[in-house]
Amino acid sequence: MTLDSKIPDGPLAEKWTRHKFNLKLVNPANKRKYDIIVVGTGLAGASAAASLAELGYNVKTFCFQDSPRRAHSIAAQGGINAAKNYQNDGDSIYRLFYDTIKGGDYRAREANVYRLAEVSVNIIDQCVAQGVPFAREYGGLLANRSFGGAQVSRTFYARGQTGQQLLLGAYAAMNRQIAAGKIKSYTRTEMLDVVLVDGKARGIITRDLVTGKIEAHSAHAVLLCTGGYSNVFYLSTNAKGSNVTAAWRAHRKGAFFGNPCFTQIHPTCIPVSGNHQSKLTLMSESLRNDGRVWVPKKPIKGLTARDAVNIPESERDYFLERRYPAFGNLVPRDVASRNAKYVCDEGRGVGPTGLAVFLDFADAIKRDGKKTIESKYGNLFDMYQQITGDNPYEVPMMIYPAVHYTMGGLWVDYNLMTTVPGLYALGEANFSDHGANRLGASALMQGLADGYFIIPYTIGDYLAGMPYEKVSTDRPEFKEAMEQVTNRLKKLLSIKGKKTVDEFHRELGMTMWDYCGMSRNEEGLKKAKKKIQELREEFWQNVNVVGSANELNMELEKANRVSDFMELAELMVDDALHRKESCGGHFREESATEDGEAKRNDNEFAYVAAWEYKGENQPEVLHKEELKFENVKLTQRSYK
Amino acid sequence: MNNWFSRFLTSSLGKKLLMALTGLFLILFLVVHLSGNLQLLKNDGGRSFNIYAEFMSTNILIQTISKLNFTFILLHVLLSLYLTIQNRRARGSERYAVTSGKSSIWASRNMGVLGTLVLIFIVVHLRHFYGEMHFGSVPTVNYDGKEVRDLASVVDYWFSKDWYVALYVFSMGALGFHLWHGFVSAFQTLGLNHPKYNGLIFFVGKTFSVVVPALFAWIPIAMYFNI
Amino acid sequence: MKLTLKIWRQKGPHVKGEFKTYVHEHVSPDMSFLEMLDVLNTELIKKGEEPIHFDHDCREGICGMCSLYINGRPHGPLQTTTCQLHMRSFKDGETITIEPWRAKPFPVIKDLVVDRSAFDRIQQSGGYISVNTGGAPDANEIPIPKKIADEAMDAATCIGCGACVAACKNASAMLFVAAKVSQLALLPQGHPERKERVERMVAQMDAEGFGACTNTRACEAECPKGISVAHIARMNREYYTAMLSSYELPSKAGGE
Repeated sequence: MTLDSKIPDGPLAEKWTRHKFNLKLVNPANKRKYDIIVVGTGLAGASAAASLAELGYNVKTFCFQDSPRRAHSIAAQGGINAAKNYQNDGDSIYRLFYDTIKGGDYRAREANVYRLAEVSVNIIDQCVAQGVPFAREYGGLLANRSFGGAQVSRTFYARGQTGQQLLLGAYAAMNRQIAAGKIKSYTRTEMLDVVLVDGKARGIITRDLVTGKIEAHSAHAVLLCTGGYSNVFYLSTNAKGSNVTAAWRAHRKGAFFGNPCFTQIHPTCIPVSGNHQSKLTLMSESLRNDGRVWVPKKPIKGLTARDAVNIPESERDYFLERRYPAFGNLVPRDVASRNAKYVCDEGRGVGPTGLAVFLDFADAIKRDGKKTIESKYGNLFDMYQQITGDNPYEVPMMIYPAVHYTMGGLWVDYNLMTTVPGLYALGEANFSDHGANRLGASALMQGLADGYFIIPYTIGDYLAGMPYEKVSTDRPEFKEAMEQVTNRLKKLLSIKGKKTVDEFHRELGMTMWDYCGMSRNEEGLKKAKKKIQELREEFWQNVNVVGSANELNMELEKANRVSDFMELAELMVDDALHRKESCGGHFREESATEDGEAKRNDNEFAYVAAWEYKGENQPEVLHKEELKFENVKLTQRSYK
Repeated sequence: MNNWFSRFLTSSLGKKLLMALTGLFLILFLVVHLSGNLQLLKNDGGRSFNIYAEFMSTNILIQTISKLNFTFILLHVLLSLYLTIQNRRARGSERYAVTSGKSSIWASRNMGVLGTLVLIFIVVHLRHFYGEMHFGSVPTVNYDGKEVRDLASVVDYWFSKDWYVALYVFSMGALGFHLWHGFVSAFQTLGLNHPKYNGLIFFVGKTFSVVVPALFAWIPIAMYFNI
Repeated sequence: MKLTLKIWRQKGPHVKGEFKTYVHEHVSPDMSFLEMLDVLNTELIKKGEEPIHFDHDCREGICGMCSLYINGRPHGPLQTTTCQLHMRSFKDGETITIEPWRAKPFPVIKDLVVDRSAFDRIQQSGGYISVNTGGAPDANEIPIPKKIADEAMDAATCIGCGACVAACKNASAMLFVAAKVSQLALLPQGHPERKERVERMVAQMDAEGFGACTNTRACEAECPKGISVAHIARMNREYYTAMLSSYELPSKAGGE
């Protein structure tokens, strides 16, 4: 099968407009004859569900949380980009497009990214109309801030809770359609498989998490808006429930997985405090504007923040400022993260685990006064103190990188359709717009662009060619899928081994973090592949899942999710192994410049790696979608 | 009955509004009542008090307001009873094993108990004073040729009993706590919460809830000890 | 640290629950409250017992999923969410009682997990502005005074956890409902529907069986986002005005 990205012809700026005109339409009166399933109710899912219901389609939404409002989009802090140019600082759709392509280290499609930049302006209008209380200036107009990777102020924000406000806006739009009877919302319901009839996605199998009931739902199209898979690392900034199951099940049914190894690691998270650690907390990147990152020049075992104050200047190594005099502490996320790892690998890490570096505000407080620093970072400092017990006004913070976003995901064409007809992937669940690295404040933009402004057009083109007839869930395809799901759960419960699900998950995460994390090499990746295979084998023989399948059983939910993470992990390693270049979040030690910086290889790797599932324990097959750059010139990033 | 007005008044917010409005009316009534009672402290053998009492019990307008007042007390009581039952039901059948009182003040959580104490007092003192005045046989005195019932002597009689004075003072304490929460609360229910005026409402409310019951309580104490 | 935990265990919605006591010997002050329970659960699973079920997801204080009533207070002794509460807020040797939210509209599903779908139904009854995707005017077309936007944002920070209901002796949801009513009443975009919105949302709140407000302000004191009861006052005003002056009346008040 050849990959067809369906990118329209014509000049970059006209592609989307032309494409919209060429798409087939569904007559308004006929829309009510089509059913659409939306899995996941984050920014992409909620916005898509609401917009499609407004058009007249019958929508069913599914989320594993107790309310659609709790999807993990809610935790996004910083903001959302849009090329509004309200600040008169030279922003434009083209500039946002260019920054995003460049930020993604030239591994994203030009056409997709341009469209993203194009609709970004509509998103802000839509959200304001919904009652999203964005920050404003005294004159009553919208305020903007600048964000990493951009030299213009184009980020709209609602305090440090932008994701929450945008999601509540989309949730409200969804609620309106629920009240109107156009959306049926299923909460505490998890999708466990996708069902194909005649090669087309025609429904899903779900488990009611409260009663354990396995159910089948049929529709004319299925949208997966199920987020990213950072939790494959066990410790990440994702919510505990975030998982890859929906996307992975779709992958097993024929949807190609795009660039699975592209993960983003955020440098300013609160370090691990012990074995009990269940997740990592991200602190805004803005801290690096005033904080100085350092470790002692010579290793000091278990150096605490309290003792750090007494280390004289001459014995400190401000390693980012030393290595990158031009950008200093403000180097991009991946560079900052990687360098923190290097100094820790050298044994110079601090804190009880040795896996942390200092972020010191002493100079900033001396320079600007405590008041100024408090007004800028007060809530972050409070949060830090609440979690760690240290007071950042008096002692340096400790930070360490953590995984927080996955650029990879299900491969989709320009219409957001996966390689399975009728199966779409939106938001973080797809691979499409961020290339090898995502810029700050772009995740929210992409999720909402996909849901509000892209899928409502592109899905019509597909549905217009579909018969109205619904498929019955009594068909053998549904029955078979239900049986498979039931058997899998039964199996998990029947093993009754010695290790808990979390223990397996933690081990998997550790392996991924060590060998497929911030920096990767062939030897390590091969070791990881073997370890993952062994762990997976052990899992199916030695996992202990208590309780039964016909009740609320959070261990069973976890076990099922972890079993999918274990399969995905191997694919990530395969992808990282094959991509023998460094780009964006993917750093291969073999592909570095002399002074240890990332080196891209555009001749060999300017493509999207789309992996095809070939069956249990079979190697996956790689398909390449060549990336053509007709509008931007490929350059190597440099922050020296 | 599903017209807008009945829906309004039977909604949770409508009932709260009635509680607040009747409460505020009763607060006004307290002021009038107190100004009358304070005349007992005048050293004129109860003359001004008796004239005042005679006026209050015979004037048509006052009597109408008085009936309204009774209605409001009754409404306030019945609504609170209804709301209390409804609110308890909202809590569900299983109660908390541990509750901490740290997040609210005691009076605000015990308005029902305080209100009941005040109600018991109202009944007792209505029986002794209002009842005597309207349906009993109060001796009369002659002021400048006018026969006036000598309610002051009835008051004198009851206020010389120590248990009665104690009950009176105790009940005024309950009233004080009831007002401590109720006064400000009524404004909040009416929606009158504004940073510019909150300070004033708070100050007046808290002062009122201390001063008014204290003055009420002072009267029996002063009369008992002949101060 | 060593702690004694009295935890509410309940097999299912229609089964009688009871407190069970656990002695937890491996508590570190750096653990979050939920991590402390994770560790206890691992021990239980190892012993073949069913782990304690509790709701949680983001574990960074924003999703509103976690919901434990700890020592008589929703989310425990600090004004934060349970996931952000750390064990250093407790003393070694302390006994901690953990209960689910208790309210008739929040029935227990299992152990410490409750059903808060009543909140969703209230939002569905009117907590939105009726604009379809695509028809919005330019975002800067209507200037909104900064202070108004800020106050709307104060209300909008509600995470829907239900601590207000749990804290209120009347199990009243006024703070939750008021937060949305107030946010949309403050913003000009919310004005066309403000009367119908408050009427419907209050009607739904009553239909769900939440109690009435007696202004104890416990909700405000326990709200992890510190939402002020001033929003309840605004809702009251909105409601009275709406009931006395609206043209259109909801054809059907209340939900299922």
